[in-house]
Amino acid sequence: MSDSNNKWFSLNIGRKDREASKSCSCGKTSGGCGGSSNAHHITEDEFTEAAIHASIGEERTKDGFEQVFDVKMDRRSAFKKLTASLLIGAGAVSTSCSVISGDESKEKAQIDWEEQFKGNYKLMTDDEKKATVDRLVRSYQLRTGKTISMSSKNAEDNVLFGYAFNISKCQGYMDCVNACVEENNQDRDSQMQYIRIHEMKDGKGFNFNEADDNYYHEVPAEGHFYMGTQCFHCDNPPCTEVCPVQATWREDDGLVVVDYDWCVGCRYCMAACPYDGRRFNWSKPEVPEAEINKNQHYLGNRMRKKGVMEKCTFCVQRSRAGKNPACVEACPTGARIFGNLLDPDSTIRWVLENKKVFRLKEDLGTEPKFWYFMD
Amino acid sequence: MKRLKVFGSLVKDSLDTITHGSKKYHLWMGFLTFVMLAGMYCYSIQLEHGLSVTGMTDRVSWGLYISNFTFLVGVAAAAVMLVMPTYVLKDIDFKQAVLIGEGLAVAALIMCLAFVIADMGGPSVLWHMIPGIGVFNFPNSMLTWDVLVLNGYLFLNLTIPLYILFRHYQGKDAKPKVYIPGAFLSVFWAVAIHLVTAFLYQGLQARPFWNNALLGPRFLASAFAAGPALIILVLGIIRNYTEFKIQDKTIKKIAMVVTVAAQINLIMLISELFKEFYAPTHHSESAYYLFFGLHGKDALLPWIWTAIPLNVLATVLLTFHKLRNNFKVLFFCCFILFIAIWIEKGFGLIVPGFIPGPYGKIAEYAPTGVEIGVTLGIWALGAFIFTILARTAIGIELGKLRYKKALK
Repeated sequence: MSDSNNKWFSLNIGRKDREASKSCSCGKTSGGCGGSSNAHHITEDEFTEAAIHASIGEERTKDGFEQVFDVKMDRRSAFKKLTASLLIGAGAVSTSCSVISGDESKEKAQIDWEEQFKGNYKLMTDDEKKATVDRLVRSYQLRTGKTISMSSKNAEDNVLFGYAFNISKCQGYMDCVNACVEENNQDRDSQMQYIRIHEMKDGKGFNFNEADDNYYHEVPAEGHFYMGTQCFHCDNPPCTEVCPVQATWREDDGLVVVDYDWCVGCRYCMAACPYDGRRFNWSKPEVPEAEINKNQHYLGNRMRKKGVMEKCTFCVQRSRAGKNPACVEACPTGARIFGNLLDPDSTIRWVLENKKVFRLKEDLGTEPKFWYFMD
Repeated sequence: MKRLKVFGSLVKDSLDTITHGSKKYHLWMGFLTFVMLAGMYCYSIQLEHGLSVTGMTDRVSWGLYISNFTFLVGVAAAAVMLVMPTYVLKDIDFKQAVLIGEGLAVAALIMCLAFVIADMGGPSVLWHMIPGIGVFNFPNSMLTWDVLVLNGYLFLNLTIPLYILFRHYQGKDAKPKVYIPGAFLSVFWAVAIHLVTAFLYQGLQARPFWNNALLGPRFLASAFAAGPALIILVLGIIRNYTEFKIQDKTIKKIAMVVTVAAQINLIMLISELFKEFYAPTHHSESAYYLFFGLHGKDALLPWIWTAIPLNVLATVLLTFHKLRNNFKVLFFCCFILFIAIWIEKGFGLIVPGFIPGPYGKIAEYAPTGVEIGVTLGIWALGAFIFTILARTAIGIELGKLRYKKALK
């Protein structure tokens, strides 16, 4: 093993083959293999996560492991094979057997190298997307010994996400803010928050100037109403136009996303956003290990580094898996409504058709996909 | 092959020139080196901990670095005010000053690039911006336009003087056929660099303070005042400390340029102030913050109320021929004009663009020590580069540096 590990490139191919054969043997002798390493337990979890994602399911059938489908153990090995076959980098599955430390540091170095010189996610093929996601998962595993699940799921056809906010209902509890921070692994040190809740005085209309977006008192405060803002995922986003490296763009399902690894940190997009929708990592983001949300998406809540831009993605890791964003789920008053604008039966469509909705700063021509309404 | 040999000898001679000099010269260079090293130390702190060591926040996301960048683009563009009369209009009086002006442009451009890099969150992935290897969002992003025009202008301002000096170094005359097209191009290019930099801000509908059609023209006017003002000061120093002869006539002509530009700049300032304060709208709040403060937040007041009186005073003094032609008054005027425009176009332009924020939040900005250290370091770098360039150029122009001499 160590012989082949001395080479950079033959290493990958060699390891991939070996890995594949190992998982086969693993499938036969289930007890021994499962006991010998952590990674197998985690792989099981990972598998259940992965089973959600249609793309991986496709790959499974493509790879042709039908004969081992019904038994749980076999599915596990099938998944492992899958992962292995997808890897271009240094075989990310190799912790399933004990690896000497030199090998690990080499692998780490190779992952770092490939990550440093990879391309823009927007322009990657699906295979390349999977490869970088696998590298990141593996890198995290090498560094912390823990396994995360990361998706690279693309936008689905006939989906355009939209959001509506009921000003009459919001009471300023800020449960959405907390849920967002926990879901999206935001930096705890700088208390980064995507959502701002503006406390406004009754009778003054939407007077943002006199509103307070940083209150620390019991809510709902008498004589006040509340209004939340976050990234509005504009259909004509000024922030993406100005990016010099196309590190931020509008996805086909309407989400405005950032490739954290491609961003150069010039903050031009931040200056261009009329809605205060973007946040910058002024220092290295810190999230306590126990609080890290391990269900991640490349464009969403994966761990960021210092000096890059980030923002609300309507919880891409949730919304593309058919769930509501964390803020919608957490809201105790039901003020937040999220859904597919192209689905005529969705709640969001009902709101848009039956309520008097409006958007902020419509005169700027940004076409936000975030509407406000009142009961 | 022969050219390469001549070039090698030029590099060797210029190295010789810049490493030898009077005590004052060595003290000056030593001082600059010290400031640069201090700046590098500050930058290393920034690299280690991230941009959180600066005063910038999510609310005010550009600060001292981008302010200086914006101002220095103007200084670089100002070389055109010397290039155009010399090469295009064939005004002999400017001939001595033009190489100095171009040297200043090179130094200013290098400082611009250094400020942009200092402002980046991820300088290690800057290759993402290189066309071909990375993704260059051209023509959508004005920042990519800016990268193109700044580097192009840097190239023009390096090659034209290099060609001329290279010919003079060999004791030959520079062929106008070779450098005149470049000079013509650089005239338009200079306007472009500053206009494009203005468009960087002007094109943002999110920031009403910048989203204003006068921004570009006003950038040009203030640049053509501040840049030549700096050139006058530098020429004054060179006249005092070297044998390089710069005629009074030359300085007086440049002073005329400064005066006209400062007057136009003042007119535009009045027009802006009228628009913001005669019938103030929601969009005038940034101007209110800048000039009067909002809700008790008034960090910029001392700055802008220093800049405006200095600006007005300098313009008024320069307007009178008698005062302008007195060099003591002229140098004083140029100095205060330079400071005034640095404030107005740096701090006074960039910071209020973010205040109040998109939802009216007023969060103030003040640069930190690290930020100031890096900034001073970059200014020292510019001065260092300019000194080297000017010393070589003066040596060649005075005939002290000659290829034949090196052979003997």
